[in-house]
Amino acid sequence: MLFAPQEDSNQDESKKSQLLSFLLAGLAFSLFTYFVFAAADYHWDWSSIYEYRQKFVNGWLASLLVSLAALFVSLLVGAATVIIQKSRFLPLRYSATIYVELVRGTPLLVQILFLFYVVADSLGLDNRYVVGVAALSLFSGAYISEIFRGAIESVGKSQLQSAKAIGLTHYQTYRYVIFPQALRRSLPALAGQMANIIKDSSLLSIIAIREFTLNAREVSALTFSSFESYLPLALGYLILTLPIMRMARVIEKRIRFET
Amino acid sequence: MNIELQGISKTYGSARALEGLDLSIEDSKCLALIGPSGGGKSTTLRLLAGIEKPTTGEILIDGSSLSNADEHLREYRKSIGIVFQAYNLFPHYSALENITLPLTKVHGYSEEDSIERARELLRRFHLLEHANKKPAELSGGQNQRVAIARALGHKPKLLMLDEPTSALDPEMTAEVLEVIEELVEGQKDVIIVTHQMGFAKRVADQVAIIADGKVAETGPPNQIFENPESNFTRRFLSRVLKY
Repeated sequence: MLFAPQEDSNQDESKKSQLLSFLLAGLAFSLFTYFVFAAADYHWDWSSIYEYRQKFVNGWLASLLVSLAALFVSLLVGAATVIIQKSRFLPLRYSATIYVELVRGTPLLVQILFLFYVVADSLGLDNRYVVGVAALSLFSGAYISEIFRGAIESVGKSQLQSAKAIGLTHYQTYRYVIFPQALRRSLPALAGQMANIIKDSSLLSIIAIREFTLNAREVSALTFSSFESYLPLALGYLILTLPIMRMARVIEKRIRFET
Repeated sequence: MNIELQGISKTYGSARALEGLDLSIEDSKCLALIGPSGGGKSTTLRLLAGIEKPTTGEILIDGSSLSNADEHLREYRKSIGIVFQAYNLFPHYSALENITLPLTKVHGYSEEDSIERARELLRRFHLLEHANKKPAELSGGQNQRVAIARALGHKPKLLMLDEPTSALDPEMTAEVLEVIEELVEGQKDVIIVTHQMGFAKRVADQVAIIADGKVAETGPPNQIFENPESNFTRRFLSRVLKY
């Protein structure tokens, strides 16, 4: 009962065998972690960490808020970029392409530092949260524009021809035919991107944004502990990313069923 | 309808689809364009429908010339109905919404009027019970009848169909061709690209054989099928009618 049914059989795996297999796999991971720490002779001490629990909660909430703000802005950035990329005015089109390639080709860390110490400084912008959200949004927006572009281009030629045949204008074709379909098709990838934003937000600690990672590092420094701080950190991110990735799977399945 | 194509050529990049095609049809109710695949039938229909522009030449429909201005062509497309081979419904809309979309967005119908009109058409094609289904939930023949209903929504005088049954099995083909025959009897003008010789023989009053980017022969179906003038038509028909 620990094996998936053969490809050509009609049986589904039973709930019981799913649960049992899942528990076994989880146990294997737990044992591995346990022995690694045991071998390293690590002495756990949770008492000092517990005092700082509020700091974890605050950091976790800050990370969540920053990520949500960045997701919202990066959706706008991504949509704007893809529209500019489809523009017939070539200099505009190439600027969008250069932006996407630069962002995708350089580390986020460098982008954050550049934006904070060079761009924000020269613009006289001193709210580091605004700069942080901007950096994450510009970074993620480039990826989202690629997701959108792929989804738009996946809408078939026959659809465009039909839209033309029934007399829709260029704008109406995008509004009623291309965007609704492209958006649905990009949902799974967008959910994945949301998970990326949450994890990437940890890099904002470099410019002293009081988010989850920075707070965990502070607690670690204050209590001279290490993994007592970093383990809750990892779990805190998993609480956010696991449901999102699960959701992406579900959406993907549903879309595949519908088309 | 009267159709006049004068010296039409159409190239896609370096590929020539039509080369100096001339066609003159007068007072036809149903014109069938037939011929070998890749011969230029569908291209001819797309030019007649104003979806594409000829590289050279002039197109006259009932005496008025199709201009090359995009806005003019869109107005022209709005005045006719067009149906393609397959997959021409929008998959994210229900059958009903597929029909109401052009009515509300292009032809200025109110929401209620468009729904009433769509339901009337669906009832006529025995599709009313499927009004709220998406194309993926309907059979190929049902989808194609919805597509015809959509093309008829704004009551065009002229309907153009590009191989409307090529993706369908024989039974669905029959159900779609029946609908088209009814339309011809019901005072619609129809131009159809088809491989269904039986349909061309039975329903069309004019047939044009198009091959190698030119018109090989035109005439009423009994003349084309019983007594073709050109050797090409004779060979083509003997091949396609053999089985």
